[in-house]
Amino acid sequence: MKELVVLSGKGGTGKTSIVASFAALARDKILADCDVDAADLYLLLRPDEEEKHEFWSGQVASIDRERCTQCGLCWQVCRFGAINEYSVDAIACEGCGFCYQVCPVEAITMEASLAGYWFMASTKYGYLSHARLRAAQENSGKLVALVRENARALAQKEGLGLIISDGPPGTGCPVISSLSGVDLALLVTEPTLSGIHDLMRIVGVCRRFGVPALVCVNKCDINEENTREIEKYCIEEEIKVAAKIPFDNVVTEALVARMPVVEYRDGQVAHEINNLWRFVLGELK
Amino acid sequence: MIVSVASGKGGTGKTLVATSLALSLDNNAEKVELLDCDVEEPNAHIFLDLKLTKSWNVCVPVPEINELKCTHCGRCADVCAFNALAVLEKKVLVFPELCHGCGACSYLCPETAIVERDREIGVVEGGASGNMLFFQGKLTIGEMMAPPIIKATKKHIDKDRMVFIDVPPGTSCPVVEAISGSDFCLLVTEPTPFGLNDLALAMGVVRELQIPCGVVLNRSGTENSAVEDYCRQEDIPVLLKIPLDMEIARAYSRGIPLVRGIPSWREPFRQLFRDIRQRISDN
Ligand code: SF4
Ligand code: SF4
Ligand code: SF4
Ligand code: SF4
Repeated sequence: MKELVVLSGKGGTGKTSIVASFAALARDKILADCDVDAADLYLLLRPDEEEKHEFWSGQVASIDRERCTQCGLCWQVCRFGAINEYSVDAIACEGCGFCYQVCPVEAITMEASLAGYWFMASTKYGYLSHARLRAAQENSGKLVALVRENARALAQKEGLGLIISDGPPGTGCPVISSLSGVDLALLVTEPTLSGIHDLMRIVGVCRRFGVPALVCVNKCDINEENTREIEKYCIEEEIKVAAKIPFDNVVTEALVARMPVVEYRDGQVAHEINNLWRFVLGELK
Repeated sequence: MIVSVASGKGGTGKTLVATSLALSLDNNAEKVELLDCDVEEPNAHIFLDLKLTKSWNVCVPVPEINELKCTHCGRCADVCAFNALAVLEKKVLVFPELCHGCGACSYLCPETAIVERDREIGVVEGGASGNMLFFQGKLTIGEMMAPPIIKATKKHIDKDRMVFIDVPPGTSCPVVEAISGSDFCLLVTEPTPFGLNDLALAMGVVRELQIPCGVVLNRSGTENSAVEDYCRQEDIPVLLKIPLDMEIARAYSRGIPLVRGIPSWREPFRQLFRDIRQRISDN
């Protein structure tokens, strides 16, 4: 089984539009949306039906006022400033359990928290594994790992050979969770100075975890000089530039119509994404 | 006064709004401070004409086991809520990337076999430009935990200044760390189905933290959008609209802040600031 993850450093580079188009072009695959903070892929793939499950993860401390003798030890040991006036601030609590371990009168309990939901959806393009972290929760990395696990399990069961993931933004915990052990990362960037800066950081993460990378420059004509900079950088880093996609409002139109752009209208953008997909397939083999 | 600039998803123009808002006040008597707390991809500095002259390392404590004292009793691994320790028959394994630095293991080890040492996971850098102070946090590549860097960056907040915070995208712990303590939160979004979905998610966080907020609609067209309908329904003010415009996109691509590249935008941003200040004092 092969796993492809599409990343961009920051969001907004058109990553999800490209993944949705891959969904329309690829066969025998499962899709996974690893952006559990703001999953958007399902908006374009429009699931027919889906299963919803709870994701319980992490713990929150809670103090029983009746038992508490107000000795203050829990407040002293907590390094996250989560204990004030003998009660726990659930948002600040890191769930480390230090207070629970030290309380001399067992007034503190650790309670599991409902951190989010995970879904398995069927769409006209195949199965989509995705999830939603509840507001202000931790453990997005674990939920990402679960989304990938669910996708892999189903792929195995159904005999499907490919998982395509839409990755989260950034370079931290959820990104590392979405990247570890995949076969190929497609990095979607745009020719802005901040895009280049973000690209360099995400290339660093791929290197660090030994994942081969390909680059796609989206909206390549908004600044051709920067596009050349990106190409130069990629040559130096020995990373292939798999496609350059011009700016076209058709991408936003397709988004508003909630369709993959390759199905929405034929044209240069659709053509470039088709080529990109063939390139990616070649690299995966 | 602290105003944070956030969005459910990256790439909506958060940095454009934060930098332009800060720079629109630069010439005033107002003393300004801008913090880039998007520590996984800090890029506000690209838009600012300044040198980062100062730097502070950010470290988290991790346990170190004194194998001479350790009896391999297993207590430390039992208390660690993050599976950062594994006790084998003759050795204790530490997984530093998983450690949250809570200190429970060293405190509770019956043999005092654990000491903590500092591990660097990133830096905070700072500089100044005219009246404005600037700080950014940067997570080291390959490190997982953004919140300690955000916390360290926010230590530089000067309450006497007008502080703007560029918040990381999303809705989880780094976002909460960056936004909490703000007097107002600006949510930047765009008029697409993604923008609507992500705005609703970001609203969840802002409501949870009970911070007053308003919306900046970026890349807006002339037509009324579902995002505006949503804002009306939810009673969230749309404080500024920035149109989808090639000239704006080009200035952005070259790292030129909007209020410098197209100076006619200075006034709308000042107005935005006055609106925010009014709303904070009404609150
Ligand atoms: S579990 Fe940890 S973070 Fe939460 S209140 Fe107790 S000591 Fe503080
Ligand atoms: S350690 Fe236990 S008894 Fe002491 S203040 Fe905390 S909850 Fe109360
Ligand atoms: S708690 Fe202390 S003595 Fe026990 S295994 Fe851990 S380090 Fe060794
Ligand atoms: S400091 Fe806390 S998180 Fe780190 S290893 Fe010890 S118990 Fe685990």
